[in-house]
Amino acid sequence: MYQLRTDTIAALATAPGTGAIAVLRLSGPDTFSIVNRLFKGKNLLEQAANTIHFGRLVHQGVTLDEVLVSLFRAPHSYTKEDVIEISCHGSPLIAGKILKALLDEGARLAEPGEYTFRAFARGRFALNEAEAVADLIAADSDMAHKHALGQLRGGFTRMLSQLREELVHFASLLELELDFSEEDVEFADRRQLLALIQRIRSTIRGLSDSFQLGQVVREGVATVIAGKPNAGKSTLLNALLKEEKAIVSDIPGTTRDVIEDVLQLGGYKFRLQDTAGLREAADAIEAIGVKRSQEKIREAALLLYVCDLSATTLPEIEAEVNSLGHPELPRLIVGNKADLLNDDQLKPYREAGVYCVSGLQGAGLQTLEQALVEAVENLGQNGEVTLTNLRHVQALNATEEALSRAEASLSSGTTADWIAQDIRQALHQLGLITGQITTDDLLENIFSKFCIGK
Amino acid sequence: MFQDYDVIVVGAGHAGCEAAAVAANLGSRVLLITMNMQTIAQMSCNPAMGGVAKGQIVREIDALGGYSGIVSDRSAIQFRMLNLSKGPAMWSPRTQNDRMMFAAEWRQMLENTLNVDFWQDTVVELLLNGDQIAGVKTAMGVEFKCQAVVLTNGTFLNGVIHIGEKRFGGGRSGEKAAHGITEQLVTLGFEAGRMKTGTPPRIDGRSLDYSKMEEQRGDENPSKFSYSDETAPLKTQRSCYITYTSPEVHDILRTGFDKSPMYTGRIQGLGPRYCPSIEDKINRFAERDRHQIFVEPEGWSTVEVYVNGFSTSLPEEVQHEALRKIAGFENAKMFRPGYAIEYDFFPPTQLHLTLETKNIENLYFAGQINGTTGYEEAACQGLMAGINAHLKIQGENPLILKRSEAYIGVLIDDLVNKGTDEPYRMFTSRSEYRILLRQDNADIRLGQIASDLGLLSESRKARLEEKLQGRDAILDYMRKHSAEPAEVNPKLTELETAIINQKTRLEALLLRPQVSLNDLAEAVPSLADFTSTFSKEVLEQAEITLKYASYIEKEQEIAAKLSQLDDIRMNPEFDYHKVPALSAEAREKLSRAKPQNLGQASRISGVNPADISVLMVYIGR
Repeated sequence: MYQLRTDTIAALATAPGTGAIAVLRLSGPDTFSIVNRLFKGKNLLEQAANTIHFGRLVHQGVTLDEVLVSLFRAPHSYTKEDVIEISCHGSPLIAGKILKALLDEGARLAEPGEYTFRAFARGRFALNEAEAVADLIAADSDMAHKHALGQLRGGFTRMLSQLREELVHFASLLELELDFSEEDVEFADRRQLLALIQRIRSTIRGLSDSFQLGQVVREGVATVIAGKPNAGKSTLLNALLKEEKAIVSDIPGTTRDVIEDVLQLGGYKFRLQDTAGLREAADAIEAIGVKRSQEKIREAALLLYVCDLSATTLPEIEAEVNSLGHPELPRLIVGNKADLLNDDQLKPYREAGVYCVSGLQGAGLQTLEQALVEAVENLGQNGEVTLTNLRHVQALNATEEALSRAEASLSSGTTADWIAQDIRQALHQLGLITGQITTDDLLENIFSKFCIGK
Repeated sequence: MFQDYDVIVVGAGHAGCEAAAVAANLGSRVLLITMNMQTIAQMSCNPAMGGVAKGQIVREIDALGGYSGIVSDRSAIQFRMLNLSKGPAMWSPRTQNDRMMFAAEWRQMLENTLNVDFWQDTVVELLLNGDQIAGVKTAMGVEFKCQAVVLTNGTFLNGVIHIGEKRFGGGRSGEKAAHGITEQLVTLGFEAGRMKTGTPPRIDGRSLDYSKMEEQRGDENPSKFSYSDETAPLKTQRSCYITYTSPEVHDILRTGFDKSPMYTGRIQGLGPRYCPSIEDKINRFAERDRHQIFVEPEGWSTVEVYVNGFSTSLPEEVQHEALRKIAGFENAKMFRPGYAIEYDFFPPTQLHLTLETKNIENLYFAGQINGTTGYEEAACQGLMAGINAHLKIQGENPLILKRSEAYIGVLIDDLVNKGTDEPYRMFTSRSEYRILLRQDNADIRLGQIASDLGLLSESRKARLEEKLQGRDAILDYMRKHSAEPAEVNPKLTELETAIINQKTRLEALLLRPQVSLNDLAEAVPSLADFTSTFSKEVLEQAEITLKYASYIEKEQEIAAKLSQLDDIRMNPEFDYHKVPALSAEAREKLSRAKPQNLGQASRISGVNPADISVLMVYIGR
């Protein structure tokens, strides 16, 4: 539901996914100050309305992207509020990072359809258009809802419901002490409550930490393919993509010249990326090639290193892989052209963990595919749950924040009625993901666990 | 033969008495019809008023000019402020009362209220003019004409009492049930349901051995409910006693289970989970080998005692035998057994927030008929129904209290928007604004409203004004004056909080959790001089306001944000089926509930946030 307050909202305005460019939009009174804090270029606060400016967005010392910002000032904008549109490069990862930076700077993630709603609320549409606007909002919400549901994989739901249960239990213990102080039941002491709240907080942090990873999973696992020319990458790619040819797409990026091939495997999306540098390693300046591949690798979630088994020894492979750096990056070493070697020759490679395949004949592909899927699932620590929706992360972080206030109050000896205020906030925030948590839930829990009533 | 009335109140319990009194005080001509003039304002269950959340309600009733606080104070035999070790939001006044004095005081209050007439009879039928109330018809065949009716039938509508396998009609022990109204309302399209509640046996106090029990005394410095100066704190008090059941008691009770109306399925109605019978407790919490029993005196002089915690509908001989195994009850004589009672209620989702029914204009429901339990819950509904019945027939704007203004607002909003499956009792946790809705500030929260309605006497208004001015003067003083390190450091050390190195504002010192206003006054003579001119109540108000300002502000902010929705009025007759963008469930729920504002709509279960956004669009925001 849209608050009637006029805070500043932000959201991705273009369709999610990889396109040439992505547009993020902010609307509300703090729009200019929020963007200006991230923007390195002209001082946006001093620029005229309806102008476009080039610059970089820098967040916590890291350049996120080079962008164009379009400035609109109230009331001459879609929402009749101050609006800025940020055009960035079309990688979902980049757009996601920018969005997160905007939220960190104080914007609120817009609800589905909220821009339209604001436009409507400020009189941009006539009343007779209300129905169309309402339909739009409902459709948006519906889509976002289905979207979110689709992302709630089993493990996530299970961990959340466990979290919910723990939090409800905690809240019940507090409420028990308040509403039923006259009852003949045992009340939790502060030490127990503190231990409980700390456990809940660590559960939340685990969930929230996995977010980075979750977003990677949602938008496709950035998988960098490296390997020398003639290692047989194309053959291997074509072999891997064979069944899904229809969704193969070549998307030239605007500046990076990245070729992306999308591979669907085991329910996951792999964005197979090759950098221009490596691709043209033979005839481009070596230094640039290495720099580019380093950049790509830094953003990658998975590395697929392809080599020609018939022309590379194990120590050579090791040296090549090491020269790429980033030892923490999960990687699969694929030895291609296995058909040119016999089993005895392949044995040392296999024992060293090299996936021996034949792109031409298809041998070993199934094992490789399985390894790819497993690699994604192992991205989270031991297959733990990942959060895939920014909205969820925000709610989780807000839950955590409220709980940390509650913990501080608990330690300082504040009485439970004040602590309950923060716990309520936490319940509310968690309820944004798990569905509302009401007093009835707390009372239900109390009545089922404690003998209440004279 | 009889004059026409503005408001007829049916039933003279806690709800009916408040409704009659307030409507009359507002200027309506009121007729109070009760089956028995001798049983006005009975405490049908335990002889106590207030408690956690309920005490806050009594304070609110008093702040709005209702009588429950005054009557409770005048008939109190013990006063306790519960939850004093918790923060001020949880402080909850509670009295034990002399049951007979309570009823006598109420009757006196009503007799002293201009414009209240009485009639002893049973209402069997509502007289209608189309969809509007026109009067009532009684068992004696008398017809009274009026403009509005407040029904406060308590447990009397088709009431059935159960004791073991015995089962008989009745509204209360020894009193007849009322028939006819439910049936008529159902034919008028009302949905009716059945609820259940229970009460423990009454015992001859002379047969008890109190030396085997633990004494529970009243507060050393008792306070009181009423903000007015019409009552005074107690000078002497009576004690309650605590004892426990035992495995032996439980074993005996179990022998009666096969005759328990609860377990043999003879009782259909839903009982409250927070007020279970003793058989329910030993069944559901079998691992517990004892349950607490409160022995409460029924008055100053009567020997009758109330055995709180032993509500039961087992056969009377099983009750008796089990009671005698309780420590101190070895020779207990029973005056009358506990019983369970089933009665009709009308799911309160059929009401407007004014407590007027959606089906019949100018017909109001208050109390257990709406599925609530508790004297305080009933009394405050009676008060609100009485006020709104009067305002409606005068053509004035209704009085609807917000959730952030009063527990009364929470209660009615919950009832109307969520309905209830079991007898509804107030808990502080039901309010999202617990820190705003304190017992110490009900007069400040509701004083203006009461004053605008004309329900506050001049002296009450002056008292309130004095409290506010005093509070502000103290706050001002604390902000402007400082303490020297030498003055307060010994005290700060004693209180185990950091000492100060330079002059520090009194306000800053008071904000420390360990430091009270009294502590500061003890250390700083000039402050002591200043505060000595104010009453304890005013000092307390200033201290709470200052000490908890950040929490209070936070809740006020939330309340302000949410109340924006409450301020958006909706047309109750809006055709939700014409809005395809609403979810199917929302269309159905909204059509039934007919919300009067957007906030109310947002609290209806099944209406999701997207639906509210869609509605906002239709309202044209």
